[in-house]
Amino acid sequence: MGLELKNLYDDFRDADTIKAYAKIIAEDAKKLTHPINIMEVCGGHTHTIMKYGVLQLLPSSIRFVHGPGCPVCIMPKERIDHAYVLSRQPNVILVTLGDMIKVPGSNGSLQDARSKGADVRFVYSPLDCLKIAQENPDKTVIFFAIGFETTTPMTAALLDTVIAQNIPNILLHVNHVTVPAPMRALISDEACIIDAFLGPSHVSVISGSKIYEEFPRDWHKPVVVSGFEPVDVMQSISMIVKQFIEGRCELEVEYKRAVTREGNLKAQALNDKYFRQVDFRWRGLGDIPQSGMGLRDEYDRYNAEKIYDAILPKEEINDHKLCICGDILKGKASPPQCSIFGTACKPSTPVGSCMVSSEGACSAYYKYGNLV
Amino acid sequence: MTKTITLAQGNGGEENNELIKKVFYKAFKNEILERSEDAAVIGNLAMTTDSFTVSPLFFAGADIGKLAVCGTCNDLAMMGAQPKYLTCSVIIEEGFEVESLERIVESMRSELSINGAVVVSGDTKVVPKGSVDKIFINTTGLGEIVQAGISSNNVSEEDVILINRDIGCHGATIFAAREGIEMSSSLKSDCNSLYPQVKALIDAGIRITAMRDATRGGVAAVLNEWARQSNVCIEVEEDKIPISDEVKGICEMLGFEATALANEGTFVLAVKKEDAQRAVEVLQSFEVCAMASVVGGVSQKYPQKVILKSPWGTSRFLETPNGELLPRIC
Repeated sequence: MGLELKNLYDDFRDADTIKAYAKIIAEDAKKLTHPINIMEVCGGHTHTIMKYGVLQLLPSSIRFVHGPGCPVCIMPKERIDHAYVLSRQPNVILVTLGDMIKVPGSNGSLQDARSKGADVRFVYSPLDCLKIAQENPDKTVIFFAIGFETTTPMTAALLDTVIAQNIPNILLHVNHVTVPAPMRALISDEACIIDAFLGPSHVSVISGSKIYEEFPRDWHKPVVVSGFEPVDVMQSISMIVKQFIEGRCELEVEYKRAVTREGNLKAQALNDKYFRQVDFRWRGLGDIPQSGMGLRDEYDRYNAEKIYDAILPKEEINDHKLCICGDILKGKASPPQCSIFGTACKPSTPVGSCMVSSEGACSAYYKYGNLV
Repeated sequence: MTKTITLAQGNGGEENNELIKKVFYKAFKNEILERSEDAAVIGNLAMTTDSFTVSPLFFAGADIGKLAVCGTCNDLAMMGAQPKYLTCSVIIEEGFEVESLERIVESMRSELSINGAVVVSGDTKVVPKGSVDKIFINTTGLGEIVQAGISSNNVSEEDVILINRDIGCHGATIFAAREGIEMSSSLKSDCNSLYPQVKALIDAGIRITAMRDATRGGVAAVLNEWARQSNVCIEVEEDKIPISDEVKGICEMLGFEATALANEGTFVLAVKKEDAQRAVEVLQSFEVCAMASVVGGVSQKYPQKVILKSPWGTSRFLETPNGELLPRIC
């Protein structure tokens, strides 16, 4: 019998294993000399923590700080406006991934653009753009590329195919970002309360665990690269607690089933071929040098941002004044502390993008909010 | 509410409820409508209407024709009524193939016979290409109430909550077919007429408090509607909710929750505690209901809320689904 999808998660949701880890963590936590604040960098982990009620299994000395790792949440409004403007151009099909179409820009979301007649589509894989381009030869397909290291190679693969097959009607608007850069920015802040990091495993599947080596070494913050199932997260928390009680500060990998130190070299080579590090303005965090991945200049003819430069808005747009997404993304505030959380700002009428994405902290709190 | 209609307002969830309440209930306000049941109860008759717009028209397990009969007949069955008379109104896009239309109508005929119902009136409109997506079907149904007093407003702590079969098959099948997800599986829609199952329960003397088919918005929407309408707290055990491996797989891949996926032959029941085991046995005598199960109970812990309890002792609220169903990013 072959491997089935359920083999990939069944054991990692085993109730007895989860309860056993809860017990180990509770015992070990008694030996902690101070509470520890763990930042889960990735919204996927926030989602797991809330959906599976992980907080309810932990002693009060283990606290979570939600990080900026959601591709939708960190997108500044002006770039959403880019997507909106591009989608409204004649003969353009604007393609992006899932939740991105719901995020409000200053004129509305891509969903609003669609209800006004724009051709906006979402895909599962950037490579789906190839089919759309082929079926619509008289239109320009613009892929609004978003995401961290996980999705960047897919965009690179799309461009690789576009060039190899000489496809004339696909352009890219690239908004890729990297994980270590905002981590560095956050712990450089004097008010930083983060004691340790939970690193997203899918990022390290591509980039390797090596990208986090600087954090224990130079910043004295332990990192555990963790999978996304509840057993993964519980085991990773236990590993972090053990580091503290044993006085260690290391980079460890919980998700050994797919993460190596070096990562996927082929994907990294593909990224390097098409992208270079660029400065990127993060929503809530501001400008972070060399934190984005932009198209190399030699691919300007595929770069929608350059081709449509004249019509794209340039001005930086700040969030609604009541929205505290910025502080939430920095780990300084928790969603329920926001005055409009669950009232003016809900998934059906989001004010800030943390309420939009299924990986956003506000959305996770709204959807799975604890009973306590 | 938004100024223009969005796709999310047809999702059977939060935005849909808001639209209905603020536009239709406001204008049509009356006692029968405000009971918000699956079908209106008028004396010993039940009456309901539904429109069907599905893409693709033919999918694993059913087609729009079967759906148009099942959907309306099931709404009647959920009020303890036997479906008797239906109307059938179709809006067809010019250029639609007659052969496909015949297949759809044949499918309707076959499903009507399972319910013991007949189409007694109808209407046909043909509109220019692009005005509708191939074909829209509306059916209105009239049924005779066999078991009176079934209501979503009466769920109490004396009841337990059951589900007749594994959930989410229809939503997962349609999503996979619509978005061209190539996967090999035995996944097919649960589209099915529910009256035979309801009749068997009534014949067995099961004391049914409420029944509701979990269509758009899925099981999560039904449980939340009941919690609100009956002012109770519904507590369900996550691992008791029947979900097939295929549906679990799709949900894992795309980041969906099976409880939010649409169904067309799956219903939630509230029955008296003492009758629960027998109700499960009656349901399990139907081939498609092998996974019928008691999923939870009713309390006053958090009135108007639904609590989902995990096998490892944590719990959270199960909310009414909202927004358009979109796959996760990574």
